[in-house]
Amino acid sequence: MNEIPGDLKFMKSHEWARVEDDGTVTVGISDHAQSLLGDLVYVELPNVGDTVEVGGACAVVESVKAASDVYAPVAGEVIKVNASLADKPETINEDAFGDGWIVVIKPTSLQDDMDNLLDPDAYVEQIESEDH
Amino acid sequence: MTQKTVLNETHRALGAKMVDFGGWDMPINYGSQIEEHHAVRRDAGMFDVSHMTVVDLRGARVREFLRQLVANSVDKLKVSGKALYTCMLNADGGVIDDLIVYYLSEEFFRLVVNAATRDKDLAWITAQAQPFGVTVTERPELAMIAVQGPNARAKALGLFSPDTRAKAEKIGKFAACEGDGLFIARTGYTGEDGFEIVVPQEQAIDLWNKLQAAGVAPAGLGARDTLRLEAGMNLYGQDMDDTVSPYEAGLAWTVALDAGRAFTGRAVLEAQKANGAPRQMIGIVMDDKGVLRHGQRVVTANGDGEILSGTFSPTLGKAIAFARVPAGDPGALSVDIRGKLVPVRAVKYPFVRDGKPQEGV
Repeated sequence: MNEIPGDLKFMKSHEWARVEDDGTVTVGISDHAQSLLGDLVYVELPNVGDTVEVGGACAVVESVKAASDVYAPVAGEVIKVNASLADKPETINEDAFGDGWIVVIKPTSLQDDMDNLLDPDAYVEQIESEDH
Repeated sequence: MTQKTVLNETHRALGAKMVDFGGWDMPINYGSQIEEHHAVRRDAGMFDVSHMTVVDLRGARVREFLRQLVANSVDKLKVSGKALYTCMLNADGGVIDDLIVYYLSEEFFRLVVNAATRDKDLAWITAQAQPFGVTVTERPELAMIAVQGPNARAKALGLFSPDTRAKAEKIGKFAACEGDGLFIARTGYTGEDGFEIVVPQEQAIDLWNKLQAAGVAPAGLGARDTLRLEAGMNLYGQDMDDTVSPYEAGLAWTVALDAGRAFTGRAVLEAQKANGAPRQMIGIVMDDKGVLRHGQRVVTANGDGEILSGTFSPTLGKAIAFARVPAGDPGALSVDIRGKLVPVRAVKYPFVRDGKPQEGV
């Protein structure tokens, strides 16, 4: 598995969130999640301006095998979507923690929402326990 | 308990992602399902299909027994080694399983049936065979490797002894020969040319490794599924089952209503042929982005149907599916994907033939 960058936090459902310098939050799915899904063939993105709740679906990723909702790790407004995923959904397979980001959210209660997420060690522990 | 084929460790050593498939621990892919799919369409790939069930039938009245057991006519099998694809039906005309029958001699036919239906198939076949004095022997000690793709035969032939090679080179499509302890059939489930090789377990790992050394790419069950659906081939349990007749599953071509042959389910099929079956199976293509999946609702002019097998076609770059819908011209079609009705088109299948998209797809 790819090294997990230390500045990410995770939902149990395998989404990652990174707080940027301007206070916005970039969201994607973990490398573990993409490997479970297999080759991605389609990403359904939200519209810029959509409001999302914590745990609400903000995108759908589809692999050959399955469709999976992507849940918002923080509440707020979608201010950017990774439009390049429309033509190259496999970017998530190749670089889940980097170029495979999915949306950027302008959070409404940043600190509270981030505090509820798992740090990388806790997330790794969770996926290891799922494997057994 | 999960069962393992003799190649299980070999798959794991190749980095396969393993999944439970009908009680068997099988490779779904070795990294990228889509790359494995393309390897088969463009060159050569191989699948471990040892989970499939080989059943040998022996006795003086085997042919007579098979005339009753299956819906296609085994009287089409006249030359030793010839194979026949057929359904085995219950009295209601529902499909118990689809299978391949190989004719080896008047006292010896071989069946290859699905893994997931093994128990009910063996129970049914054994019960039906009894009055004919036919012995039914499962062959779990045999493994099976499918080598498929435009270059598959050439790569496999190079591994055989000169004698076996000479025989295997000559067999036509849907026929088999024996040699080097192998049962070599020119059959498959991908729409490509190639062999399905039945091999004693103790030779299977060696054969797999030699095929790989000859440039045949290991491919998982994920690629096998997208390849067979592109090729317009049914999957038991998804496209048909005990409650569906061959006519409702696009399998009319496998039914022989030849005179005087009382096969199980015939009366129901004759009625459906005369009056029309209430449902039909059609091929569907979606031009919008997204993936068609099993169980999605299909809206037609004559009422709702549902997606049977559905997937993303790596060759076409879009979603394809089989759907069962009410009989008649379905009119404008759409599919309910997460609450949104997305337009789709009915098309003739196979969706892909000889590596190329079919016209209109």
